[in-house]
Amino acid sequence: MPRYIPYLLLLPATVFLIIFFLYPFTQVAIESFTSNGSWSLANFQKASSHWKFGEAFKNTMLLAALVVPIQLAMSLTMATVVQKLQKGRSAILYIFAIPLGISDLAAGLIWLSIFEQSGFLNSILVNMGLIEKPILYLSYQSPWVILFAIMLAEIWRATAIMMVILVAGLGLIPREYGEAAEVFGATRWQRFYKVTLPMLRPSLQTALILRVILAFEVFAVVIALGGTQMPVLMSETFNWQFNLQDRGVAAAYAMVILAVSVVFTLIILRALHVPKEARS
Amino acid sequence: MSDTVTAPPSVRKAGRWVFISGVVLLCVWTLLPIYLLMVNALSTPEEVNGFPKSFIPSFDLTSLRFFLEFEGVLNALWNSIRVAVVTMILSIGLGAPAGYALSRFDFPGKEVFRFLVVMTRAFPLPLLALPLAVMFLRVGLDDSILGLALVHTTLALPFAVLITFSLFSGIPFELEEAAFTLGCTRIQAFRKVVLPLAAPGIAASAVFAFVISWNEVFAAAVLTIKNRTLTAFLMQSLDWSPLHLKFAGAAALVLPALIFIFAVRKYLFAMWGIANR
Repeated sequence: MPRYIPYLLLLPATVFLIIFFLYPFTQVAIESFTSNGSWSLANFQKASSHWKFGEAFKNTMLLAALVVPIQLAMSLTMATVVQKLQKGRSAILYIFAIPLGISDLAAGLIWLSIFEQSGFLNSILVNMGLIEKPILYLSYQSPWVILFAIMLAEIWRATAIMMVILVAGLGLIPREYGEAAEVFGATRWQRFYKVTLPMLRPSLQTALILRVILAFEVFAVVIALGGTQMPVLMSETFNWQFNLQDRGVAAAYAMVILAVSVVFTLIILRALHVPKEARS
Repeated sequence: MSDTVTAPPSVRKAGRWVFISGVVLLCVWTLLPIYLLMVNALSTPEEVNGFPKSFIPSFDLTSLRFFLEFEGVLNALWNSIRVAVVTMILSIGLGAPAGYALSRFDFPGKEVFRFLVVMTRAFPLPLLALPLAVMFLRVGLDDSILGLALVHTTLALPFAVLITFSLFSGIPFELEEAAFTLGCTRIQAFRKVVLPLAAPGIAASAVFAFVISWNEVFAAAVLTIKNRTLTAFLMQSLDWSPLHLKFAGAAALVLPALIFIFAVRKYLFAMWGIANR
């Protein structure tokens, strides 16, 4: 059999990724570090000196810091719950996985239907007699409510992807390990903490990296629920590119998002390091 | 469950009750928001804007009709479908051969390629739309279905490679060998033995690519102006569109996604199982 066959099969995907991944990636990098045709940090200075940069950076980080740990806990709970189910396992799995197919924009609008002034939350509260007239939740006067609504929408939407990865990971752990621990008298909690969690490390790693990067890309949920009142890095990138027509600054923003993503990917890779010989 | 065996029956019963109500609660948490959106989409515009809201839809199609008759919506819907279909074809067409190569051959550079594909996930890919907007302008692909589909393929391709890789790995190589001994060439063996077995999974990964494209907002909004997709259209009309338009639009986005995820539910887990190793 000719040796070149595998390379031939890989060629289309490789060429595609070079043209549409590597090339644009270097272009953004170059664009962000040049101004008027020469190397400079002007774009970064312009981006960071704008009053919205600090806000956007803070909001993005805050959202990720608030959302991801909750999602981690929830997806672990969901995955272990599904694992224990005897009846209706596949139906419950499907229900838990549903948000995976729902876009961030749709998720934002879904939660808008709950939080807007004539929305379902106000309807419940008025019906229960807790408040007399509807409250305006999503206003510039209460940025923390907007933040809370975005958090809920993000947790609702994006926990599913972590859950799916963790369920798949749990499926790979041989039953014998847990049974052995049980023989030695480990409690359920000890088994989870000392056997399941360490064995789940590769999946946790994948799930966290993917989720953290998506958290830094948060965009449409924020626009749907907060409009322009809550700038995040991605919405500012869009704003500079589209409304302010300054591609250099937009590229600088892109590099900031990229840098943050890479740093956190490396941190997660290190923190959840999987020794080579432990990989199956 | 040794610790439950020693517990008295009443505690066991209570534990079971807590477990079941936990499952129910998680299901309600997932399904209720979608239900509320559908209530809005299936109510009249007056009801959507009115207060207090009914929690039961009036099954009135005025909102949906208003949405479909709204200037530009049908066009956007059609664009979304076309972009997603092209993305689907491209990512499977490019990704499946790579997945097959990774699962069937041992060759120098294999690990490097796999690593690079996995690493693309560590980049905020929609940002690639920024420089591509310039490149497309130069080659005449700006504001086009194909241009956007190319960016969406960058998003979907790594997944397509990993899913098809796990699919092909699940089909025993012995089957192909048996076909060889019966006088099949490699291509014939692939077409007659491997492809029929892998077809449902390949369809599933195609659907997955479709959903990725269908849902993408940032690149769609940056790269299209006249030929907007539904997500880009909705996003850019958020400021001025009435509530019932927003909710009907969101429902139009959600419904296909529900069906698609149902169609691929079996493969969702298989693909991540292998992709994690």
